[in-house]
Amino acid sequence: MAVNEMYQAGVPAVDKSKFRFVHEGERIKDKVFEDKPVSYFKDAWYRFRKNRASVIAAVIIICIVLYAFLMPVLQTRYNNRFMDSYYAKKAPRFLLTRPLGIADGGVDRNFSEKGLVRAVGIGIGAEDWDGHGATLEEGLASKYQPMLRIDDPVEKVTAAKKVTRTYSGHIDVYLEVGFMYRSIMQSEYEKIRAYEREHDLHILYPLVEDNNYNTDPSDANNWYKTKKSVPVSTAGGGKAKELEYAPGMVLEDNYKRDADGNLIFYEYTGGGSLETAQYKVRVLYYNYYIYKNGFEPSYLFGTDSQGYDLALRLAGGIKLSLLVAICVSVINFILGAMYGAVEGYYGGWVDITLERVSDILSGVPFIIVATLFQIHLATKVGPVPSLLFAYVVTGWIGTAYRVRTQFYRFKNQEYVMAARTLGARDRRIIWKHIFPNTLGTIITSSALVIPGVIGSESMLSYLGIVKLGSAEVTSLGTLLADASTIWTNYPHLMIVPATVLALLMICFNLFGNGLRDAFNPSLRGVEE
Amino acid sequence: MAKYVLKRVLLMFFTLFIIMTMEFVLIRMLPRELPTDKVQAAAIASRWEALGYNKPLMVQYGIYLKNIVTEWDFGTSWYIAFRQPAWDVLTGRLLPTVLVNTYSLVFAIPIGILLGIYAAIKKNKWQDSFISTMVMLFVSIPSYVYAFLVQYFFFFKLGWLPLQVYSLADAGGSWTTWKMFVSMIPPIISLSFGEIAQLCRFTRAELTETLTSDYMLLARTKGLTKAQATTRHALKNAMVPILPMLISAFIGVLGGSMIIEKIFSIPGVGQLYIQSINLFDYDVFMMDGIFYTFIGLLANILVDISYGFIDPRIRMGER
Repeated sequence: MAVNEMYQAGVPAVDKSKFRFVHEGERIKDKVFEDKPVSYFKDAWYRFRKNRASVIAAVIIICIVLYAFLMPVLQTRYNNRFMDSYYAKKAPRFLLTRPLGIADGGVDRNFSEKGLVRAVGIGIGAEDWDGHGATLEEGLASKYQPMLRIDDPVEKVTAAKKVTRTYSGHIDVYLEVGFMYRSIMQSEYEKIRAYEREHDLHILYPLVEDNNYNTDPSDANNWYKTKKSVPVSTAGGGKAKELEYAPGMVLEDNYKRDADGNLIFYEYTGGGSLETAQYKVRVLYYNYYIYKNGFEPSYLFGTDSQGYDLALRLAGGIKLSLLVAICVSVINFILGAMYGAVEGYYGGWVDITLERVSDILSGVPFIIVATLFQIHLATKVGPVPSLLFAYVVTGWIGTAYRVRTQFYRFKNQEYVMAARTLGARDRRIIWKHIFPNTLGTIITSSALVIPGVIGSESMLSYLGIVKLGSAEVTSLGTLLADASTIWTNYPHLMIVPATVLALLMICFNLFGNGLRDAFNPSLRGVEE
Repeated sequence: MAKYVLKRVLLMFFTLFIIMTMEFVLIRMLPRELPTDKVQAAAIASRWEALGYNKPLMVQYGIYLKNIVTEWDFGTSWYIAFRQPAWDVLTGRLLPTVLVNTYSLVFAIPIGILLGIYAAIKKNKWQDSFISTMVMLFVSIPSYVYAFLVQYFFFFKLGWLPLQVYSLADAGGSWTTWKMFVSMIPPIISLSFGEIAQLCRFTRAELTETLTSDYMLLARTKGLTKAQATTRHALKNAMVPILPMLISAFIGVLGGSMIIEKIFSIPGVGQLYIQSINLFDYDVFMMDGIFYTFIGLLANILVDISYGFIDPRIRMGER
C-alpha cells in the first residue's frame, strides 16, 4: 500500500536491474554442519553409557529377561506342567556341571552308622540286581551310589559305654530315593523288560522277603537283612551278627526266592486278563524315571515343593513380574500424561477438581485397593488382570503430578505464546510444544515404577492376597511363600527366587537412576 | 497458620469420609459367609438381620455412620473374635505392632542419620561410595529377604535368637518384658535394614546440598572450623526435610509391616488384616481399611504442617 502511494507521490522508481545481491560473486563462509545434530535422546544415551553401574544393571536385566524367555524354549524335553512327585524339593542337579561338583544334586548331611549303611546300601543294592552279593567297594563305585563323599567318622562314647559313630557326607538326593514298590500292569512289566534289554539298564529288582530280618516291609530300600534297622549277617549260623560299616562289608540280601532259589521279580496282586493283571514290582526309581521320561533327572535349580522344575517356574515368575510391571508402567505413563496435561494446561477449576479427585484416590491405601480388586474380580477376570486394575487405579497419580508441574512451568513461556498467536490449537500446543519437555521426567519415573511394582507384586503374592498358585501362572512371591515354611531343610527353594528378586530390584533401581541422570543431568545425585 | 491447619484437617476428614464410603460400599457388596455349624450360622444370621445387614446399602451406611457417631461402634467381629467390637479387636493388636516398629525406628534413626552425615562429609571418597553402594543394595532388597537371612543366621547358625516372636503367655504375660524384647530382635533387625538405608540416603542427599551452599562458605570465611560450620549451619538446615520424614515414619509405626508380622508371627495389625480377609471377617476388614486410610492421611498432613513449624521461612498455605 505504502509503496503505491510513494509511486503516486512521484518518488522515482528504481530500475529493477540496479538491484544486486550483497554477496554476489562471493563464497559464503557459513558451512553446513558436517556431523549430525545430537537429539535429546541421543544425548541422554551418551550420558547413560558413561554410567557404568547402570550399564551393568541393564546387562543383568537383559540376561534375566533372556533367561525368562529362553528357558522354556531351551527346555525341549518337558514344559512347566511336567512334575514328578518323588523328586520334589530336590536340590539343583545339572548333568553338564555335575562332574565338576557344581549342581551335583547333593546336600551335606550327618549320618548315623545305620543311616549311612542305608544310603550306601542303595548303591550296593543297585549293583546286586542278580543277588550275587555285591561288596561295599562295588557299591561305592556304582553309578547309582547316592553317597558322593563320606568323611571320616566322629566317635562318641555314650553313657552306656557304647561307641557310636557319626559320619558327615554329601548325598545325591535324587539317588537317595533309591528303590520303591510300584503296582503296574502285566503289559507294562513286559514293556519294562524289553526296555531293559534294549538300553542295558536295570529297572526291575528282586522283591524282598517279608520275614523278621525285614524291619520295615514298606521300605523298598530295606533289601538286606536287618534287625532293628541294623544290618546283620546270618552266615555263621545261630544268632545273627551285627555288621559294622567297614571296608569289605558284604550286606546279606533278603531277596525273595522260589523253591529253586531263583529270584522273584514280581508278585501277582489282582486282576484277570492281560490288561488288568496287576503286578507288584520293586524298581530302582532313578532308572524307572529314565524309562518313563526318556532322560535322566537334571534340574538346573532343583525342584519345588510339588516336584515341578524350579528353573521353569522361576522363568514363569520372572515373566509375570516383568509383564505386570511393564504393563503398569506403560498404562500409568499414558494415563498420567493425559491427566497431568489436562490439569496443568487448563488450570483453574479444572485443575482444582481433578486435583481433588487424585487427592482422594491417593489417600486410599494400595493394599486395600489390591485386596478389594482381588476379592471382587479375581474369580471373574482372573488374578493377574485384577492385579493390573488395582495398580492402574492409583498408580498414575505420581506421573500426573509430575506432568502437571512441568506444564505449569512451560505453559506461559514465550514459545508457547508464539505458537498460540500463530493459531495452534490446544491439542497441538499440549502434545507438540509442552509435552516433549516433560518426557524426560516421566520416562524416568516410569522406569522407577518397575522395581516398585515387582516388589509389591511379590509381596502381595507372598501374603496370599493375590493367589497365583497354578502350574502355569506363578510369581516370585508365590515361590517364596511356598518355601517359607520348609526352606531351612531345602535352602535352594528360598535362595534361588530371593536372589533373582533382589537382583531384579537392585538392577531396575540402578537402571532407573541411570536413566534419571541421563535425562535430567541437573538432577544428578539428587535422591527422590 | 491456624487457619491453614484447620483447613487441612477439615479437608482430611472430608477425604476420609469419601474413601470410607467407597470402602464401605465395596466391602458390604461382598457375599458374606456363614459358618458351617448350623446353630451358630442361625445365630449370626439373626444378628445380621437385627443389625440391618440385609437392608439397602445406603441405609446400612446410615446405620454404620450413626453407630460410629453415637456409640463409637465400628461393627462387630464375627470370626476372629466372636461378637467382639471391631474397634476393640483392632486396638488389642496395636501394642505389638507399635512396639516392634518403634524399637526398630529407635535403632535405625541414629545409625541412618550418622551414616548419612559421614557419607556427606566424605563425599566422593571411597567411604562415600562404599556407603552409597550398600544403601543402594539395602534399599532395593525387600525386607522379607532380610527376614529370612536374619532367621537363618541368628536362629539356625548361631542359635542366639528365637525363630519367631514369643506368644504373650511364653514371655510372662506382658509385651514389655525382657524376654519378649529379645524375641522381637529379629523382626527389629529385619525392619531396620531398609529404614537405615533410606534415612542414610536422604540425609546424605540433603546434607551434601547444604554443605555446598553459600552460607557455608560465609561461615568458613568468618573463621568457623569445618566441624563447627557443619554442625551449626549445615546440619540444622539439612534437618528441615529430615524431621518431617521422621514424623511420618513414626505415624507409619501404627500400620506396621504385614510381611514381617507374618514371617515372625507377631499378632499385630498387619496380621489382623490378613486374617480378616482369609476368614471373611468383613467388619474387621472395614475397620482395618479405615485405620490404614486414616494413618496415611494423618501422616500426610502432619508432614505438611510440620514444615511450617520447623522452618518458619516456609509459609504454609501459600500458592
